[in-house]
Amino acid sequence: MSTFRWIATCLAVALGGLVMAEESPMLGEPVDADTLARVDFTILPNGDGLPAGSGTAIRGAAVYQQHCIACHGEEASGGVNDALVGGHGSLATDSPKKTVGSYWPYATTVFDYIRRAMPLQEPGRLSSDEIYAVTAYILHLNGIVEQDAELDAESLPLVKMPNRDGFVWDYSP
Amino acid sequence: MDDDTTEVVAGNGLLDRRLFLRGGLAGGTVLLTAKAGGVEREDWMKAPGAPMDEIGEPSPHESHVKRTSVRSSPGTTGTGVSFTPHEHLDGIITPSRLHFERHHSGVPDIDPGRHRLIIHGLVERPLSFDLNALGRYPTVSGINFLECSGNSGAALAPNPVQAPLSAVHGLVAGSEWGGVPLSILLDEVGVKAEAKWIIADGADSPMMSRSVPLDKAMDDALVALYQNGERLRPSNGYPMRLFLPGWEGNMSVKWLRTIKVTDQPAMTKDETSKYSDLQKDGSAKLFSFPMGVKSVITSPSHGLTLGPAGIYQISGIAWSGAGKIARVEISVDGGSSWADAALDQHVLSKSLTRFRSAWRWNGAKSIIMSRATDEQGSVQPSREQLLTNRSPGFFYHYNGIQAWQVAENGEVTNVYV
Ligand code: HEC
Repeated sequence: MSTFRWIATCLAVALGGLVMAEESPMLGEPVDADTLARVDFTILPNGDGLPAGSGTAIRGAAVYQQHCIACHGEEASGGVNDALVGGHGSLATDSPKKTVGSYWPYATTVFDYIRRAMPLQEPGRLSSDEIYAVTAYILHLNGIVEQDAELDAESLPLVKMPNRDGFVWDYSP
Repeated sequence: MDDDTTEVVAGNGLLDRRLFLRGGLAGGTVLLTAKAGGVEREDWMKAPGAPMDEIGEPSPHESHVKRTSVRSSPGTTGTGVSFTPHEHLDGIITPSRLHFERHHSGVPDIDPGRHRLIIHGLVERPLSFDLNALGRYPTVSGINFLECSGNSGAALAPNPVQAPLSAVHGLVAGSEWGGVPLSILLDEVGVKAEAKWIIADGADSPMMSRSVPLDKAMDDALVALYQNGERLRPSNGYPMRLFLPGWEGNMSVKWLRTIKVTDQPAMTKDETSKYSDLQKDGSAKLFSFPMGVKSVITSPSHGLTLGPAGIYQISGIAWSGAGKIARVEISVDGGSSWADAALDQHVLSKSLTRFRSAWRWNGAKSIIMSRATDEQGSVQPSREQLLTNRSPGFFYHYNGIQAWQVAENGEVTNVYV
């Protein structure tokens, strides 16, 4: 019995049947496809949810210079905020360095992170093309994709991150 | 009470936990012999006091009780933390204004009239709920802790951090959370058979997002609207947040905006990069959701200095993401001997539980600690056990035993034993 039905049952008993046991308020408004598309930010590791658009590391370098370098430093080596490169091969050592390149298992997460949250002071200002491009740039700096590799909804999920197989699920529904 | 009849239950003067409950300390009261005839009034008794007020504020004498270590990542204003000052609190409910914070880019200023919760994905009918609609659903409330998975991470430092308790263990708090069971809303949208996860997004500027197993969402998840009887505060997710009892705090997404039902986790934002546990062999555990059994003595603790030798209360909080606290043991001799603490009346599942003991401190240097066991039989590990084979890159889910050293002068410091 779901929690609601349980409550409803209790109310039904208490109020002499004013609320029926299997009834649900049903107060949600239907949502049209347009609205859904606008609020749905979810991107799955298989690429489901990635928007149209594309970009290469060459273009991404310019996006990075303009929007990211102030906080993440020259070539994403770290500045005021996190380094986005390096740490490769360090995870099993005494000084592990977890970065996008050394630790993150899915390239789609890089796109997801930037689209949701970066640049920190003005999230939402980059176009999809710019996000693909700056994602390509960060992956290129980590030696994961070529400088001229075109990333888009098809190719991004196929990028194999170095630590792709490094995660073990502690919970399986 | 006469010292001779006070029951010592463990080494270095730990007394029977029932000492306070029996009112055994009343023997210290001095009987007045000469009656003064009822003429004395303190200054504040000589004229009417302050009038009623719309909002009750804490006494100005308590203005030192504030969230501590309020800090942000370099160059940001809202990417950071503030800690609950448990060293000054008692009971199992944390005042909402002192509930710790962990934000990833500030607290959004949400217009409750415009805010919607949209549930979609693998469902029969996507639906949008505004605050008025949610207010008409049957709500439930529960008293539960909320703990950031990074709480107590400071206890991993090679040397004990010498700062008030809250700077180490202040990312946990207890509240009464009220709201609509998420299972009702999921029933209404009609979850499809292949669904296994939900992806919850917040309406903050970095759009916090976490994947939550559908079984948890259907079990005890809430769309919380109330905290401690009032509407959520902005720093706790106003006007609505996800609340997942017992699980790492980050998953209880604040300012809840969308829930997408899926057949797999989305590996969102910080889900893999931050909220995963690196192991010694370089692999990482993902989805270690429940918070482990844990306790900490809040009084005496770092920064609270004991007066002269004599009888003191030892008090603290214990909690477990797996259910109720079964027992809390106290040692005042550095772990050589232990005895059970008394648990306050409210021993609730996935909630802070208040424990208390009595100690006759003889004025000598002593190490005091607490060890909790939950109803599943899990026992809080020592710091040493916890760190065995732990990668230095594994920062979260620290639940080791906390030890405090009381010096001869009564000063309390943080120590590793
Ligand atoms: C104003 C400073 C600032 C700017 C500009 C900025 N970032 Fe960030 N970035 C941050 C902060 C702060 C964090 C950590 C946020 C947190 O802890 O939640 C971060 C985190 C990240 C991360 C995650 C790092 C990790 O290891 O978890 C990525 C990826 C990232 N930023 C990419 C970018 C990109 C790409 C740009 C440019 C489009 C950018 N950032 C611009 C401040 C900034």
